[in-house]
Amino acid sequence: MTDTNASFPARVTAGFDRFGGVLWLPVLLAIVALLLIGQPSTWATLTIAGLAMGMMIFLMASGLSLIFGLMDVLNFGHSAFVTAGAFIGATVLAWLGFWVTGSNPALNVMGLLIAITVATVFGALAGWFFERVVIRPVYQDHLRQILITVGALIVAEELVLLVWGGAPIPVPRPAALTGSFVLGGVSVEIYRIFAFLLGLAVYIAMYLVLNRTRLGLLIRAGVENREMVEALGFRIDRLFILVFMAGSALAAMGGAMWAGYQGLITAAIGSEMMILVFIVVIIGGLGSIQGSLLGAILVGLMANYVAFLMPKMALASNMLLMMTILLWRPYGLLPAVKR
Amino acid sequence: MLQASASGTSARKAGRTRGHQGGRFVVYALVGLIGLALALAPFLFPDVRSQEVAARICVFIVLVASYDLLIGYTGIVSFAHTMFFGMGAYGTAIALKSMGPGFEAILIGGGAGIIAALVLALLIGLLSLRVKAIFFAMVTLAAASVMMVLASQLSDFTGGEDGITYSIPRLFSPAFELLTDAEGKALRLFGVPLNGKIALYYFVFITALVLFLALLRIVASPLGSVLQAIRENEMRAEAIGYRVVFYRTAIFCIAAGVAACAGILRAVWLKYTGPEVVLSFDIMIDILLMVVIGGMGTMLGAVIGVVLMTLAQYYLKDLMAVGAEATASLPIVPDLLNPERWLLWLGLCFILLVYFFPAGIAGTMMGKGGHK
Repeated sequence: MTDTNASFPARVTAGFDRFGGVLWLPVLLAIVALLLIGQPSTWATLTIAGLAMGMMIFLMASGLSLIFGLMDVLNFGHSAFVTAGAFIGATVLAWLGFWVTGSNPALNVMGLLIAITVATVFGALAGWFFERVVIRPVYQDHLRQILITVGALIVAEELVLLVWGGAPIPVPRPAALTGSFVLGGVSVEIYRIFAFLLGLAVYIAMYLVLNRTRLGLLIRAGVENREMVEALGFRIDRLFILVFMAGSALAAMGGAMWAGYQGLITAAIGSEMMILVFIVVIIGGLGSIQGSLLGAILVGLMANYVAFLMPKMALASNMLLMMTILLWRPYGLLPAVKR
Repeated sequence: MLQASASGTSARKAGRTRGHQGGRFVVYALVGLIGLALALAPFLFPDVRSQEVAARICVFIVLVASYDLLIGYTGIVSFAHTMFFGMGAYGTAIALKSMGPGFEAILIGGGAGIIAALVLALLIGLLSLRVKAIFFAMVTLAAASVMMVLASQLSDFTGGEDGITYSIPRLFSPAFELLTDAEGKALRLFGVPLNGKIALYYFVFITALVLFLALLRIVASPLGSVLQAIRENEMRAEAIGYRVVFYRTAIFCIAAGVAACAGILRAVWLKYTGPEVVLSFDIMIDILLMVVIGGMGTMLGAVIGVVLMTLAQYYLKDLMAVGAEATASLPIVPDLLNPERWLLWLGLCFILLVYFFPAGIAGTMMGKGGHK
């Protein structure tokens, strides 16, 4: 799509965009929160928590966003991968036993990485199966896609209940990653730092793949204009399976990370996160990784600040954020597709 | 989006319609039979559980039919239908709790619920119906979950997770006698005492019937044709001169209002309102399953879908419990047949149905494919 399709507000804010534009929104939000909260140490703790949460949500949201951007497939069953990742991560952590709970930090971190890897690999395999069996027959048909993926979500949730039961399951958190340290009067939870770094690493990896490789070029071109890429002779449906598997794997990874963060998980974990994930995808704009990151950080910060300032408004605040941004930019902040 | 296969559909539809006179008749007969059974339910099935099932069916027919307006006739996927249902129910419940049992409480509380639902629907509609269908689905999902959180957190008004229990007008209580015989007891008709419970059932039944007929009238009106035009080809509808956003918002508001009415009925019948019975996402899934099983865009399909699903919900679970007990010695089978896992089977059936009979039961029999 060309600039002629840019919506009116987009044109008005063109000058504003030249100075980084919407990328400053999280900073703006943080400054407003600092003024409202008043105590810099509390504010710093909340900001770190918000960034960590945002990174975990980003893991879950980026896959959904890319899947939609590339193939116009909206996967309402995405949260099933989050749930599965959380439960598999928790199970593997429990299996590893003393690796995780012992006092050797190297083994601790290894244990967590193994758990996350197993969850991620499972997510990729489940994603392959899901794409092949559930989504393939209903390409190009949004209504049936929504219905089928909702049906698959029901089945997947029931399967999780069948395997793990309905009672909440405790997640053993690696000993080296529990607790916190104090830095300049600010207490920082180690797990949050870990989550933030992992999220950042995934973002950088995705950014490099999308912007520096041929595969990434094809994916971006496919998001921009699928027919054209197909006309040039590329099998975009094969590309799509890859993206779908990667997206599902990321969702499972995010689920496993989130399970470790929460410490206690139920089968509802996926659907609880899904609301935030949808809000992130809508805020960020479909099909864009940068948008997902921006949206996820905004949502993570907002959730933590508001939970401190007005606990009852936590979820509603993100809803309001979404409403405001939709009013301002109907396609999200940094959309890759304007269809 | 949906227009891709529209031309193919119309050709196929024309070819199929002639061969489906018989099927059409079967559907009409089935719906007529269900209507008759519901009309005479207190006398045909006097036990308490069947009464419960019959009243639930009545309420859900209205709810699902109003949802069919959106998903079947207009091609809008909304996940906020239970939110409007809940607003009607909570409005009534809060008014009955604070003003005491009386018709004015139902009228004021229910009215407030309906108005709140209409205003919210208007806001959501104007805000997000102009963008992609998929955005709309996500926005409604987010809105519905926020409403769920609000209902459980504003516990001063809504009773939180526990919900609200209240009493309803005396006319509807089992102790009230509609007609008395010589001894001053409730007069019996076919062995069923004519007490307030019957009055309550008929209040629910008749209101539901009126609402359902109103919905039938809407889809048969010019408005209904415009909606179908929008569903089939949004651009063409816009080009002919229909303001798509206006019509979509209007029908979203109508559906929301009707859902709120269904919520009032539910609240009055149950004498209890809580997140589990009116707001939970499970109910949204139920509605979705019912409308797809019955047949999207047929209205009559709503009736069939609701009856099938509700009967399955109440009686299939019993059957599964029997099956689980009978197979208790086998390894995995009893777990799979555990009554709590019934959604698993339903989900599988649902996926297969969407693959092979996307038009649903009524749609397939009447040869009136909702979409494809």
